[in-house]
Amino acid sequence: RPFLGFAAGAGQDVGRSCVLVSIAGKNVMLDCGMHMGYNDDRRFPDFSYITQNGRLTDFLDCVIISHFHLDHCGALPYFSEMVGYDGPIYMTHPTKAICPILLEDYRKITVDKKGETNFFTSQMIKDCMKKVVAVHLHQTVQVDEELEIKAYYAGHVLGAAMFQIKVGCESVVYTGDYNMTPDRHLGAAWIDKCRPDLLISESTYATTIRDSKRCRERDFLKKVHETVERGGKVLIPVFALGRAQELCILLETFWERMNLKAPIYFSTGLTEKANHYYKLFITWTNQKIRKTFVQRNMFEFKHIKAFDRAFADNPGPMVVFATPGMLHAGQSLQIFRKWAGNEKNMVIMPGYCVQGTVGHKILSGQRKLEMEGRQILEVKMQVEYMSFSAHADAKGIMQLIRQAEPRNVLLVHGEAKKMEFLKQKIEQEFHVNCYMPANGETTTIFTNPSIPVDISLGLLKRETAIGPLPDAKKPKLMHGTLIMKDNSFRLVSPEQALKELGLAEHQLRFTCRVHIQDPRKEHETVLRVYNHLKGVLKDYSVQHLPDGSITVESILIQATAHSEDQGTKVLLVSWTYQDEELGSYLTSLLKKGLPQSTS
Amino acid sequence: MAAHLKKRVYEEFTKVVQQQHEDLSAKKLRLTKPSKSAALHVDLCKATSPADALQYLLQFARKPVEVESVEGVVRILLEHYYKENDASVRLKIASLLGLLSKTAGFSPDCIVDDAINTLQNEKSHQVLAQLLDTLLVIGTKLTENPSVRMRLVEVACKHLTDSSHGVRNKCLQLIGCLGPVEKGVAKDAESQAAKDVQKIIGDHFNDQDPRVRTAAIKAMLQLHERGLKLQQAIYGQACKLLADDYEQVRSAAVQLIWVLSQLYPESIVPIPSSNEEIRLVDDAFGKICHMVSDGSWVVRVQAAKLLGSMQQVSSHFLEQTLDKKLMSDLRRKRTAHERAKELYSSGEFSSGRKWGDDAPKEEIDTGAVNLIESGACGAFVHGLEDEMYEVRIAAVEALCMLAQSSPSFAEKCLDFLVDMFNDEIEEVRLQSIHTMRKISNNITLREDQLDTVLAVLEDSSRDIREALHELLCCTNVSTKEGIHLALVELLKNLTKYPTDRESIWKCLKFLGSRHPTLVLPLVPELLSTHPFFDTPEPDMDDPAYIAVLVLIFNAAKSCPTMPALFSDHTFRHYAYLRDSLSHLVPPLRLPGRKLVSSPTSPSITPHEDPSQLFLHQSLERVYNLQHLDPQGIQELLEFTIRDLQRLGELQSELAGVADFTATYLQCQLLLIKALQEKLWNVAAPLYLKQNALASAAAKQILEETYKMEFMYSGVESKQVVIIHHMRLQAKALQLIVTARTTRGVEPLFGMCEKFLQEVDSFQRCFISELPQMQGSFVDKLLDLMPRLVSSKPTEVVKILQTTLRQSTFLHLPLPEQLHRATANIIEPTGESDNPLRFTSGLVVALDVDATLEHVQDPQGTVKVQVLYPDGQAQLIHPKPADFRNPGPGRHRLITQVYLSHTAWTEPCQIEVRLLLAYNSNRSKAAAKIAKSTWNESLEALPQPENGIEGTIPFSKAVKVYIMPKPARR
Repeated sequence: RPFLGFAAGAGQDVGRSCVLVSIAGKNVMLDCGMHMGYNDDRRFPDFSYITQNGRLTDFLDCVIISHFHLDHCGALPYFSEMVGYDGPIYMTHPTKAICPILLEDYRKITVDKKGETNFFTSQMIKDCMKKVVAVHLHQTVQVDEELEIKAYYAGHVLGAAMFQIKVGCESVVYTGDYNMTPDRHLGAAWIDKCRPDLLISESTYATTIRDSKRCRERDFLKKVHETVERGGKVLIPVFALGRAQELCILLETFWERMNLKAPIYFSTGLTEKANHYYKLFITWTNQKIRKTFVQRNMFEFKHIKAFDRAFADNPGPMVVFATPGMLHAGQSLQIFRKWAGNEKNMVIMPGYCVQGTVGHKILSGQRKLEMEGRQILEVKMQVEYMSFSAHADAKGIMQLIRQAEPRNVLLVHGEAKKMEFLKQKIEQEFHVNCYMPANGETTTIFTNPSIPVDISLGLLKRETAIGPLPDAKKPKLMHGTLIMKDNSFRLVSPEQALKELGLAEHQLRFTCRVHIQDPRKEHETVLRVYNHLKGVLKDYSVQHLPDGSITVESILIQATAHSEDQGTKVLLVSWTYQDEELGSYLTSLLKKGLPQSTS
Repeated sequence: MAAHLKKRVYEEFTKVVQQQHEDLSAKKLRLTKPSKSAALHVDLCKATSPADALQYLLQFARKPVEVESVEGVVRILLEHYYKENDASVRLKIASLLGLLSKTAGFSPDCIVDDAINTLQNEKSHQVLAQLLDTLLVIGTKLTENPSVRMRLVEVACKHLTDSSHGVRNKCLQLIGCLGPVEKGVAKDAESQAAKDVQKIIGDHFNDQDPRVRTAAIKAMLQLHERGLKLQQAIYGQACKLLADDYEQVRSAAVQLIWVLSQLYPESIVPIPSSNEEIRLVDDAFGKICHMVSDGSWVVRVQAAKLLGSMQQVSSHFLEQTLDKKLMSDLRRKRTAHERAKELYSSGEFSSGRKWGDDAPKEEIDTGAVNLIESGACGAFVHGLEDEMYEVRIAAVEALCMLAQSSPSFAEKCLDFLVDMFNDEIEEVRLQSIHTMRKISNNITLREDQLDTVLAVLEDSSRDIREALHELLCCTNVSTKEGIHLALVELLKNLTKYPTDRESIWKCLKFLGSRHPTLVLPLVPELLSTHPFFDTPEPDMDDPAYIAVLVLIFNAAKSCPTMPALFSDHTFRHYAYLRDSLSHLVPPLRLPGRKLVSSPTSPSITPHEDPSQLFLHQSLERVYNLQHLDPQGIQELLEFTIRDLQRLGELQSELAGVADFTATYLQCQLLLIKALQEKLWNVAAPLYLKQNALASAAAKQILEETYKMEFMYSGVESKQVVIIHHMRLQAKALQLIVTARTTRGVEPLFGMCEKFLQEVDSFQRCFISELPQMQGSFVDKLLDLMPRLVSSKPTEVVKILQTTLRQSTFLHLPLPEQLHRATANIIEPTGESDNPLRFTSGLVVALDVDATLEHVQDPQGTVKVQVLYPDGQAQLIHPKPADFRNPGPGRHRLITQVYLSHTAWTEPCQIEVRLLLAYNSNRSKAAAKIAKSTWNESLEALPQPENGIEGTIPFSKAVKVYIMPKPARR
């Protein structure tokens, strides 16, 4: 039974995640992301891969979105409204809540700012979200009679989930993006030993083993603290969701602990809405926040206030979180221009910056920036880089594989060169097959599906009563008749089968003659054989019947003198086919002859 | 549809009513027949349905059964058991059998056979399991009987093949608890059996049911606990269990592996997939480390905890636990810790990190990178980063234990511990600070580490700050910059949290005395002296300046060249501080400075001997000079008391003993004075006025004796007997005074009786000590006991009076260590002029912060008393969680006291003080009685003192200004 893993996007590439899985006749699409780097058709996955003719709705059984990052859900309205898909879309509750905010923001930037046409509209986002079915963690959702899905906690961002997709006894786990080390606001990904046939894992950090998070946090806090104490201003450019909340929690608790008074500001807009959801979905956060929210919800920030444009000119120390994260436009850039000239100030870049952005320039050490209008901006403020990434590193990926114990692993969402290394490691450590398909490539995995067979309770009990206790690790031999009828399998007792098929029972007996050289009388020979068997087969009931025959369980042994040679006795051994094993053993035993010592 | 629903509702309703009727009737029956064994029998026979029978049994189970009737009840139950067809009733009977055999004083020998017999024909698995449980109870009661145990184990082995997990579970439990463990002593046959037990249990490690697997491992552990040496052969099996699907199995397997690693640390085991071999303890360590990244946090906690106790592990394995082998894009990367270390050793100060500062260096051979199987690799790094704080705490504890036994590991784990100072959960932070303190003698802090440590000083939690001060007290700092940094941070801390004053001074005291050579070069800068110019004299009352001086003076103690750097005013300040803060400022040998010599001149550094000698001599004098005239004795006592009190003030280490003896002498003095009263010479009855002194003396002696008994820690029974004796004398005095001043004999009867009872109980309690009390009051009294018992009250009083006067003064032996319980209220300070205003009828919370010293069991004994100006007193019991224990013998009470009162017209002061509650039941003497007379009925023993509860104030009262305002309408 083949089973397909098929990557439409994101194979050996970061961004534009889209994986198509066809499992036991069901087709599931996992994630529907966009690529940040492109502004043309390439930004969305090529859905014509899925089906050339015919509607997507007919072909796909469901779509699953792992989390709200645009590289995992950005193409969703395009896919469902413009290409056309009306089937169910599954995501977790927080993802369902936050996803439309981000999509709307994305749309605004592309349509309103860049002036693109032929893009999805607000109404399309709304219509798309109407098709979404929200799921809870560890809730088994029955998509149709055979297909079921189940979400596991994945860390990474609020509401991120790994999904198990199961049809019959075949299953796939898709991890989405996940994080195996907890951070300040989210816990670590966790999965049970579900032993899927295939694990589709992200591999962003396939060749990295990261240092402890604590050092980075401490460094970050120390730098902010020192600058604030000096009276300087700290600018932290962030993207609205995810890391921003983590840094907020980090600074908020630090301010609380250290009794600091300097104000912290957060640029408004998107974030306020998002923070609202963070407050709401407290069960999705980490242990500390979950346990203390009764006293105070950690996302109800005490020290962090909304930012107003006028505050940037206020004297005295302050910390400002501003969007966007790469300093390429917007508020963060404005503030940066205001503060760049003072060496007391500091800018902390908490993430990766794309080439060409101001963020990338200052990180690579450029001190003189050319801004619009040919003015030159001299950067005197300190520039710091602090990586807070929420992906699992190589060790984390291995740990997840160890937890789930899959039979095959498929790597997506990473760079081919790095994946190669991880693939080799996985094959070496776990002795499972590992695949890394390129975009548009199809991987076929053969599974050993177990086929359920109905067995009557009576037969089961009867059979288990024989022999040692059943052992989970060892297969057990059973006697019965397998009836395959109307696409169902049943194991019934032979009598039952005969009755059902209307057949009469035939007995099959094997008879074998064994010649033994023994000059004595027949009954003496019988007695010798009897004694011998009794000595050898201690565990079986060996009986000497009055008519001169011997029975071992149900096997009959009779001795007659050879018609020609009186010195040779012929032993007639007869057994039914059920006792084949014992019968053949007996014949071979008798063929060896009787031991001399007994004579 | 609606009609149908309605009908169903009615049906159900009527059903409920019927059931209630049944219940009622059952209740009635029980009331008319008090249930004993016979009644139970009748009840059970009467029961028409299994449900009825079950009801009877349930009711029966609610009441205890006397020891005598247990056997009868058991027989009846068994009889019914055989007749019963319903499994649930049999189950209940089986559980009742177990309960009954637990009855204290009942020996279940007689029912063993019957209980085993019941197993024969039982078909229900649940009942079987319950019966086995009953057998387990019986077996544990009959542990001395090996034959019974062997039989039970055999029975259990027989049922191991049962198809129900519950039955197998119980069988394994039974084998674990009762299986034979004595190996060396027994003959071959039995040791064979012992082997079998292990094998039998081992076979079930592979059972199909996880619960049975768990039970098997637990049974094995049980055997180990009972002293059976487990075989090394099961190690392999146990290792396989670590990969089990079920967390409880894994958790138990981790324990088993740990046990085996402790039993056979040095055995050699092969490494699978290679030809190498390693020590078993190392292998086990690696395996348990592996479990630190298990999927279940319960297992992770278990594993992290056990790691701490594996001290035999080789050091290179141990050090791997802290190494995660970082890499980035397949190139080796240094950890932040390593980078910090390098920066430090290259002599550079911490620079701001550039992008790419952590750029990976050399290429890694891809084959050599072990991502997961490397066992011990990075176990602690994972444990300390775990999501659950339980795991993190367990990991910190384990680090602590391992670091204590291995200095090199301590040095290595330092970076990680320092990192934990920034954990998000306060408990974890606190734990790691404590851990660091415990291993501080093995480590020296680098500057960058010190920097991180000191950053925590700004924490708003007082517990954290104080733990950190404690830590700094015993850390080694490597450079003078480190000391300077520490001082600067501590001063910053002081300005931010002025309440930390004492703690910071103390911290600097130790910092100074530990690093004299590092402080020396800093002195001119710290004192801001200038080679040419005189600098202005700093303010003497500035806590920060005092802090600096404490550091310098303590360093100067072992650095004789330092005083040369002092300026004039420094010497003056020294003299002042030496007097006012003598516990922080050590005596210094200052060259040619008469000015400095304070009353206790620095020359008497080795104090102990002379003052101890003095103490003993003065006591000797008191005890020996018995035949002085009364006047002389009194004077001598007064002088000695005065001397002792002064000694206590001067010598803090002798304060407890000095106070204790002074109190005792005070009692004696009071007694003598009371007996010197004129009133004894005058014929009775007397004026009330004249006996005032005597009765007051008696009262005071009583109080003082309670103080002596309960306020000092380290009082031994030798002293307790003397204290009780003194108390007895005071009571006698009370009796005499009462007899002298009251008319009529009637009240005296009761008092005499009571007094004689007390003498009696005194004799009981201290029968072993009596020989040492020759010639004492009680000794004489006991001689006269027969006479006293038979004579009239007036006679008794007369005899008492003469004995009291003739009795000698008992020598009080000095205990080894004696400390007086003291309390000091730090907050409220009582200095505030601003009244605490609150609306009357509502509650205001007053923060109380106090240090307690030498209080045993403060949770039970320390109370807060609030006295209102109207004389109303409140006693508040602080929560046990309000007490912290920063060090041995010291406690800290940080609590909130709720105040409320009706409206006042103007603010007024209330008093807050701490009380030490005592209960003479708790005293050592009482405990002794309880032990010796356990078999006698306690009611028969009159215990006059029993339950005397009282409180001793042991802190100064602090006044708080409050103002309840009338509520505004």
